[in-house]
Amino acid sequence: MTGAASIVSCGLYLPQWRIERARIAQALAWLEPPGGRAVSGERAVCNWDEDALTMAVEAARRCMAQAKKSLPAALDLASTTLPFADRSNATLAAEALDLPESLRTADHTGSLRAGTTALAQAAHCGEEAATLLIASDARLARPGSAAEMEYGAGAVALLVTRDPRPGGCEPLATLSAAAHVSADFVDHYRMSGEDFDYSLEERWVRDEGAGKLIPAAIGRALALADTTAAAIAHFAMPGPLGTARRVAQAAGLGHARLQEGLRGDCGDLGAAQPLLLLLAMLAAAAPGERLLLVGFGQGVDALVLIAGEGAAALAQRELAAALSRRRPEPHYTRYLAHRGLLAPDFGMRAERDQRTAHSVAWRKHRELTAFVGGRCAACGAVQFPKSRVCVNPECRRTDTQVGHPLAETAGRVRSFTEDWQAYTPHPPCVYGNIGLEGGGNLLMELTDVEPGELEVGAPVRFVFRIKDFDRQRAYRRYFWKATGA
Amino acid sequence: MSDGIRDKVAILGMGCSKFGERWSCGADDLMVEAFAEALADARIERDRIEAAWLGIFFDEQSTGKSPLPLAMTLRLPGIPVTRVENLCATGTEALRGAAYAVAAGVCDIALAMGVEKLKDTGYAGLPERTKGTFEDLYLPSSTAPGAFAQLASAYAARHGYSMEELRRAMAHISRKSHDNGARNPKAHLRNRITEEQVLAAPMISYPLGVLDCCGVSDGAACAIVTTPEIARASGKRDFVTLKALQLSASNGVEMGHQSWDGSSTLTTRAAAERAYREAGLERPREQVDLMEVHDCFSITELVLMEDLGFSDEGRAPHDVLAGRYDRDGAIPCQSDGGLKCFGHPIGATGLRMAYEIYLQLLGRAGDRQLGSPAVGLTHNLGGIPNRNVASVALFGLAT
Repeated sequence: MTGAASIVSCGLYLPQWRIERARIAQALAWLEPPGGRAVSGERAVCNWDEDALTMAVEAARRCMAQAKKSLPAALDLASTTLPFADRSNATLAAEALDLPESLRTADHTGSLRAGTTALAQAAHCGEEAATLLIASDARLARPGSAAEMEYGAGAVALLVTRDPRPGGCEPLATLSAAAHVSADFVDHYRMSGEDFDYSLEERWVRDEGAGKLIPAAIGRALALADTTAAAIAHFAMPGPLGTARRVAQAAGLGHARLQEGLRGDCGDLGAAQPLLLLLAMLAAAAPGERLLLVGFGQGVDALVLIAGEGAAALAQRELAAALSRRRPEPHYTRYLAHRGLLAPDFGMRAERDQRTAHSVAWRKHRELTAFVGGRCAACGAVQFPKSRVCVNPECRRTDTQVGHPLAETAGRVRSFTEDWQAYTPHPPCVYGNIGLEGGGNLLMELTDVEPGELEVGAPVRFVFRIKDFDRQRAYRRYFWKATGA
Repeated sequence: MSDGIRDKVAILGMGCSKFGERWSCGADDLMVEAFAEALADARIERDRIEAAWLGIFFDEQSTGKSPLPLAMTLRLPGIPVTRVENLCATGTEALRGAAYAVAAGVCDIALAMGVEKLKDTGYAGLPERTKGTFEDLYLPSSTAPGAFAQLASAYAARHGYSMEELRRAMAHISRKSHDNGARNPKAHLRNRITEEQVLAAPMISYPLGVLDCCGVSDGAACAIVTTPEIARASGKRDFVTLKALQLSASNGVEMGHQSWDGSSTLTTRAAAERAYREAGLERPREQVDLMEVHDCFSITELVLMEDLGFSDEGRAPHDVLAGRYDRDGAIPCQSDGGLKCFGHPIGATGLRMAYEIYLQLLGRAGDRQLGSPAVGLTHNLGGIPNRNVASVALFGLAT
């Protein structure tokens, strides 16, 4: 298989917050006839400081942690909910991941099959050069809509390479063919600048869209892969299960194991959903089994893959880790407020002007985005931010500090508070002095921590999150926060 | 080495406005009120003042920058006036400017005025402000109670107290200060409270409830200073002189280095050590008779008892609960009610503290007079425990 593209690592991130569908239905019970909605299970939803970009960074960190030897030459970020329409989100993610400046970065957007399209493209990367492909989505849903019951938030990262034995390890999966259909079939749409999708009738989408376009693409993919439907052991496509069953029948894949997705656990991850389904297929696949993966949205991507050694174990581990980091969101109104769908009175402190001095943000972008501090070459003291004169009272030498990445450093809570007065969309604002392993202290915000959970000495790790919003200038800033390790 | 400020500067007169939510007053009204009292106390003509210092912190939401609010409000006759700002030690910094001018022999009589009009923000607590163009990009959006609450969790962890035990001692501090404030007509809060009320009060920033926090008030205080010779020549029999006036500013160790564990204020320790030396106090525990410390929050006062050297390390909760710092204790703390009852109009606070020490040393504290003290201490802590400016001043009767 020399020359074929393979997936050599993967990472899955789901925000830890889950809202039960029954809770949503209960809050909006006046809107619908009783029993009209499918209310089982729960959806993964972002905290107020998470978006498609921060989730992408978390998934990529997990993916890269398992593949330390292969540094990517490209980063592709696929999503329909990227925070910036004109500012490379992929580049911002690359800086947060502290990847080299020589990287090629690109955003892939505009369709729910952005993730599968980017995967097919990554397969054309240069020999021995790896592509870090991340698909991430956090779609808004209008309260009371069907989408509100279905959409989840999350990100999947894959490291794709054409190196036959990357870093000496076996690939998780090899891509043997990809076929595409481009068709402006409008099952749903969202105009630029709009918050919500507009969705058309499911039965029409099933019969005229998915039911006709996908089997055609599958047929072509199988031919390109020089294989037959009978040889496919696993099949997955986004969308309703009923539709997937019909498509499988129509494509001659009735025998294949249909991956049902994780509707009950996290909901539909949008552009990341096909890649989540791929992980779920890999988790169940034996080495050598063929997988057929479909992306759907104004056409079809149909990909044939072959599972490799170790794929099941790694995919199972990623799924289990993401699904076990789970925290129920008991407040439907807070869920709405975090998405800007409810505007409670946060008091006058929330009025503060958050203008960014961009010349400063650029001067300090290594500190702010990649979370690189300083380490004194003379005394070894780690400090943030990096400064001209060493903070160690026993040293205080000038210009001795070298850049020192902190993102993967372990931390410990040295003091903390739960502040009900400081403005945060998720009161109380929790912050404290965090000691860094190897020295250094930072006064920093904590996230995904509820009152009463924290104590002095608790271990923490660091996550890239939204710091605040500048609503006057339609801008958001990011920085790192501590969270329970 | 210089012998410092000891006995080189005398206080000729002091004034202090009523502190509180002075809705009908601006900074100008508060300054006029404090100045009238000081001028009458000093028994001099206004035009004998040769230089003045104005301390104000939140200029952006009351008077604007510059020394002009003082010069214009008092219609000072074209003398040098300087505006100073040094976080919560701003009032003490104004006194330092005036005192150093007199001590340097460059003028005979100088004025230090501190003022703050906080209650025009539209909400409770201190106004929001930027931390600077870089720090806004990474520091948390903290508040003063949140930043000082860190002391409590770090102190409890370091010395092995449960938060419940620590909060009991903190409640004693708030209750004690309200008892004192109730005796003071110039205090903002004059109600007595119980420890149970403190413990049951709504949480502001864990573990600080609303009654662990000082008030937010408007106020002004001022001092007219001169040389001991001129004070004596003016016919004053007893007068107060400065024995020491020290500052210490954080150099970032607390913010960035683990040698600080978050349970104390390093700057207070540095300033206190130098102040005791400047004043020639070898045994401050026995020699200081009363103190006004920066009790912005109950936990601050508690850790300061150790930072100032009055309690042994880890023993402050015991000393507090034993009444050592009550008005009938060994070293009464906040005999006027402290920041707890006066609130903290930043620019005024240091001078308000000096005013109480001045009255007590001269036996003029009326209802709350503490016998006949000889040495009093004031202390400010500006900023947050992670980085701050501390001031320690000592006052005594002229010998």
